Amino acid sequence: MNVSRILPCARLVSIALALLACASALKGQENPYIVAYDHNLEEPGNLEVEYFSTFGTQRDGPNFHAFWSEFEYGATAWWTTELYLDGQTTFGGSSVYTGFRWENRVRPLKNEHWINPVLYVEFEDTNGADKIMKEVEGHDVESDFLTPNAVARREQNREVELKLILSSNYKGWNFTENTLAVKNLSNEPWEFGYALGASRPLTMKGAAQKCNFCLQHFIAGVEMYGGLGDRCSFGLRNTSHYLAPGLAWNLPSGWTFRIEPTFGLNGNSHQFLLRWGASYEFSGFGQKVSQLFKGKSE
Amino acid sequence: MKLSTLLGFSAWLSAGFCFFFAAQGKPESTEPASVYAELEKAPAKYRDKTNPLAKDKDAVPAGKVLFEEHCEECHGESALGTKKAPSLRAQEVQSAAPGSVFWILTNGVVRKGMPVWSKLPEPQRWQLVTYVQSLGPAEALENKPPAKP
Repeated sequence: MNVSRILPCARLVSIALALLACASALKGQENPYIVAYDHNLEEPGNLEVEYFSTFGTQRDGPNFHAFWSEFEYGATAWWTTELYLDGQTTFGGSSVYTGFRWENRVRPLKNEHWINPVLYVEFEDTNGADKIMKEVEGHDVESDFLTPNAVARREQNREVELKLILSSNYKGWNFTENTLAVKNLSNEPWEFGYALGASRPLTMKGAAQKCNFCLQHFIAGVEMYGGLGDRCSFGLRNTSHYLAPGLAWNLPSGWTFRIEPTFGLNGNSHQFLLRWGASYEFSGFGQKVSQLFKGKSE
Repeated sequence: MKLSTLLGFSAWLSAGFCFFFAAQGKPESTEPASVYAELEKAPAKYRDKTNPLAKDKDAVPAGKVLFEEHCEECHGESALGTKKAPSLRAQEVQSAAPGSVFWILTNGVVRKGMPVWSKLPEPQRWQLVTYVQSLGPAEALENKPPAKP
């Protein structure tokens, strides 16, 4: 192994760990959605490190476990940027790294409105073995996942994904509607999809004492998502759709846990997916990094 | 993945991160006059709202817990302000209509770095308003003259 290559990486990792240790935890209030987005962006300067996992059943083939890490950073109060690293294990097969995604969400309006738009742009560079199902689009169907990893990973997908997120908070409820359009940068037609979500904390008032199990820290919700075909064949024909009730637990220590059993709604969908995630929010990460490059501040 | 793709992506990412961190280094304006003026922008329908939890005995302790969880990081211990965000013990906040403070919490001051807190249910936002306005006016730590040696 080349030590000169490892040392700079080790140094970077130790700096990152030191910064994370310096940054304190800020308690988020995350909705249980795994696919849908609402209009709440990351607080400026905060870094949220997330791990998500999807166990999926597969008819006529082996089940799979897809997983991904997210690094979500609040660049400003109106702009959140996020890096994803994806991987997948097919039972009885292999484990593979399946690519990365870089997404940006921008809130164009200053104030809160009945409906709050957020613009979303993502670039993804994944291979055909990617199974994280962070969105369902076009004619994505269950049988797409039957290809063995060794073959599927040879297919490279560079895609640009655009979303319009329309979300509202009303009397403690959040309602969100996402429409998405995806363009594979090779010569393939635009593909479309949707995600809908509704969620609500189990109680509206905050408790007078700090507690982990107070109902205010639990948010229950449901999301539904699926494909809408492509430019050449728009509609519900040969598309898959899912319904997923979910629960998020936002601990005062900065941890959030989510769980979402997901049910396929038609014959083209996986019958069942079990999705869960854990995340931790570091506040003041951006300031720590900028201080590192500026030297000691006053 | 091809080396050129990897290099391109790394350059793109590095440029992006430099920009973000440069933005972080530039403090959003926390000059009291400009920040507190936001309170006056609250529409009348918000300004005239009465605090439904003003007489709730749990509102202050619950607001304190919420403040520690969501606000203290930027506004500082006892809400006296930090470099990131202004003091909430200033007269402008303490004597503002509760509805105006509620409006700021709901809408944030996005262009000046204050996030939107509409994700907290209304009763929790009112608990925060009740707690903040129960603290009373005090001199901001940031505005105190440096101690003489």
